[in-house]
Amino acid sequence: MEGGLIAFWILAALIVASAGVAVFARSIVNAAYALFFSLFMTAGIYALLHADFLAVTQVVIYVGGILVLLLFGILLTNRSLEELITSSRRPYWVGSAIAGGIMAVLFGILVSTSWPEQSAQQLPATTAPLGVLLLQKYVVAFEFSSLTLLGALIGASYLVRRKERD
Amino acid sequence: MVPAEHALIVATILFCLGAIGVLVRRNFLFVLMAIEIMLNAAGLAFVAASGIHGQPDGQIFFLFILPVAAAEVAIGLALGVLLRLRYGTLDLWQIAQTRED
Repeated sequence: MEGGLIAFWILAALIVASAGVAVFARSIVNAAYALFFSLFMTAGIYALLHADFLAVTQVVIYVGGILVLLLFGILLTNRSLEELITSSRRPYWVGSAIAGGIMAVLFGILVSTSWPEQSAQQLPATTAPLGVLLLQKYVVAFEFSSLTLLGALIGASYLVRRKERD
Repeated sequence: MVPAEHALIVATILFCLGAIGVLVRRNFLFVLMAIEIMLNAAGLAFVAASGIHGQPDGQIFFLFILPVAAAEVAIGLALGVLLRLRYGTLDLWQIAQTRED
């Protein structure tokens, strides 16, 4: 019981630290790898939260798909990496103050909300209930999300198409 | 077992880190990655809430965040290519100043 909690906080510290590197790094390649690490560790937290299907989904789709797409995009679209490596940052204090305000509000909500006490009741293996929910209760949203993704991909390739007239 | 409330704390910290990234960074690609962190934090919060209530519905919402994140990256990279073609840079401050002039 304690082991799970210790593993959770080690994972959480690693996630927050690598997300910090991803946000504050100077080199975009370092930032991309830190983001990779952060997303990968999040899969561990999902496993600890008894969301086994989502842990695998996180690794396969988020890490394997989205992040590799991002990495390819970064490495293919930027011919001069020096400009990116020396990219400076805005003054910190305005953005940090706004984000600190958001954080204070969120923590206030977190503390003032009374959470139900039934968290000891654990979910069984989640894959089967997820499949049933996805194809019965949430089927319209499921189909609509796939349409959204299709539209976004077509739109992206339309945006960067080669103009024939020029 | 892991108290899911702790996962909510982690999600809050991650979300604010991403918000700092969006507000502070000048490079467009860094802003994209910070948005990615914020989406990940939202997914973590949904999964934690699903654990608190003992219902799998929250995990469904994580599955809906996935296509949103993929669409965001695809369109974001396309916009990055366009920005690069039109302004010759991905520095958002420079682009904003060029637009003001």
